[in-house]
Amino acid sequence: MDFNHTEERRMLADSLRRSLERGADWAALAELGVLGALFTEDEGGFGGHGFDIAVVFEELGRAGSAEPVLEAGLAGGLLADAGRADLVEEIIGGGLKVTLAHFEPGLRYDSGPITTSANEGHLSGRKSFVTQAEGSDRLLVSALKDGEVELFLVDTAAEGVTLHTTPALMGGTISEVTLDRVAGEAVGNAHTLQQRLAAATLAVCADALGAMDVARDMTLDYLRTRKQFGVPIGKFQALQHRMADVAIEIEMARSAVINAAGHLDAAGPTRDRHISAAKNLIGRTARLVAEEAVQMHGGIAMTEEYALAPVTRRLIAADHRFGDEDWHLARFMRLEA
Amino acid sequence: MDLNYTQDEVAFRDEVRAFLKDKLPKELSDKIAANKMLTKEDYDLWHARLNDQGYLAGAWPKEFGGAEWTAVQKHIFEEECARAHAPRIVPFGVAMLAPVLQAFGSKEQQDYYLPRILSGEDWWCQGYSEPGAGSDLASLKTKAVREGDHYIVNGQKTWTTLGQYANKIFCLVRTSSEGKPQEGISFLLIDMDTPGIEVRPIILIDGVHEVNEVWFTDVKVPVENLVGEENKGWTYAKYLLTHERTGIAGVGFSQEGLQSLKRVARQEMQNGRPLIEDPLFAARLARIEIDLMAMATTNLRVVAAADAGKAPGAESSMLKVKGSIIRQQINDLARRAIGPWAQPFVSEQLSDNLFHPGPDYAAKATNVYLNNRKISIYGGSNEVQRGIITKAILGL
Repeated sequence: MDFNHTEERRMLADSLRRSLERGADWAALAELGVLGALFTEDEGGFGGHGFDIAVVFEELGRAGSAEPVLEAGLAGGLLADAGRADLVEEIIGGGLKVTLAHFEPGLRYDSGPITTSANEGHLSGRKSFVTQAEGSDRLLVSALKDGEVELFLVDTAAEGVTLHTTPALMGGTISEVTLDRVAGEAVGNAHTLQQRLAAATLAVCADALGAMDVARDMTLDYLRTRKQFGVPIGKFQALQHRMADVAIEIEMARSAVINAAGHLDAAGPTRDRHISAAKNLIGRTARLVAEEAVQMHGGIAMTEEYALAPVTRRLIAADHRFGDEDWHLARFMRLEA
Repeated sequence: MDLNYTQDEVAFRDEVRAFLKDKLPKELSDKIAANKMLTKEDYDLWHARLNDQGYLAGAWPKEFGGAEWTAVQKHIFEEECARAHAPRIVPFGVAMLAPVLQAFGSKEQQDYYLPRILSGEDWWCQGYSEPGAGSDLASLKTKAVREGDHYIVNGQKTWTTLGQYANKIFCLVRTSSEGKPQEGISFLLIDMDTPGIEVRPIILIDGVHEVNEVWFTDVKVPVENLVGEENKGWTYAKYLLTHERTGIAGVGFSQEGLQSLKRVARQEMQNGRPLIEDPLFAARLARIEIDLMAMATTNLRVVAAADAGKAPGAESSMLKVKGSIIRQQINDLARRAIGPWAQPFVSEQLSDNLFHPGPDYAAKATNVYLNNRKISIYGGSNEVQRGIITKAILGL
């Protein structure tokens, strides 16, 4: 038994943290190897396993990064599965930004059945919750062709593509995408979608874990420095005990991420059972941490100007991505048998 | 034991309902139902309609032109307004300053200010909290130094709700640093137009401009604007805080919030069925409804005791703690109910475009959830309230 990350992963995490603190941009992240860490050696990268994903996204969550790394891993993973090593290489090098356009309105958190259709290579339909489409080069669109879900590459700027983009609760942007007879390049089927969504769900869990650490540390700092009634408010036992509970729950969340990462490569049902366990627990804990951090800070944490605001939103947003607490609880119960 | 309203109370409720049906403009109730911000004109219009009906001063004593509503009547009025999606009465003048002036103000102050509160000529805001004085309000530092016929005020107030619309502010200021901190505080009425006052917006986590900082630099305030006696301001402020506050539990808001949550859960689909039929979600909904039923009765018990002459003290703290938790849980469920539509985050100050791509019912759920984290913080945080309960009720 060994709960330490490998030397390589520790080094990647350390250098990633330092460069994010210095405001690393997309090119810097690519150069650092962050994108390569999302893919296996077979796929042209040097990572691709659960713990690679966990260390990268914990740091991105800690930094509150809005760079499209999750999108690169999700769309890039599907492209790797389709044998498009050429595109994966471009993604790893930072020269190509692709985001998956799969979910559709009305599906809530389910990944199907979709209705976007492909007719003679032309795609029509509506895609929802497409993250970081703004600024992407291509969309990886799922569509029905002869009753099967197939994947197509589309230029984000192509004729017939309309983005309706808003800021996203987690940071970055999110778009509703309408496709009106858009020319798409067929890249293959979507048989590995569940496996790739599992990796993306793990990424969201690890991201939230990083954000939880930030919320805890900011709250601790505040408890130590904010004085009321002549003493730092951290001297009040009522707050001390709540802070202790927050610390306990964050360690549980860390373990849940480890469990999920350790089972990412397992067979489908085992993998999904662990992913759902983690996502359910992370959903509960992220909300607890966000709400307690705000409450223990008091009014200052209600303001946009204070640095906790985006952290709070990111923690709450985590539960709305790739299935919430209840969706994963139900799936966990189904997979129990 | 009788859980029903008396005949008179039912008659009063019907009268309020009829008024709301008749006089509440649909544009206003639509805005409230959609959780949109109101403009100053919206507030002014509703203020005037309530005043015409005599409802604005419903709770005031008769000698000041009020209707001297019982606590039950006040409760009924608030409940009906919440149910009908009526704007809240901006409380700072009508419900906060007026009772203090009625109890402690001079005859001149009462004659001058009370009619202006009702007419809407004055919009009051509250200058209590400071950056360094939140839970520990008595440590406030904004200073008022007497020079001849004036006080010279210097300092900073914060969390001033709707201060951007106000032409007057009532402030707690330090006039003495002798003795306990509570003993050197005075209650001062200040014209917002006075030179040296600056209002700066604070944008909240959901992107709205609702509260402000108010800065005072050598602001000259005539001595006749002092309420009551110098250095007795803490007593007046406490009177305001312990003054019977039936609305503190927010039961009406919670009941309305639960109804609108159920409407959303009937429309939102999960696995081809309405979300309201999902066993996990339905159980969450049921639990909160059970809590709210008990909360409504707890609230009425305190209201009824108030009418029996038992002024609620620390019971208000119980209502605030549990009432705010229930309301926040309903907001939390409303956010969960909209599912992935919580991801687009559209807000007044943080977005160029206010269009939300999802269903109408999803547009503000996340914003409201975030914004209402404030209700367990403001007006004495739940930690402060628990401290009051510990001391005043439990004797620990």
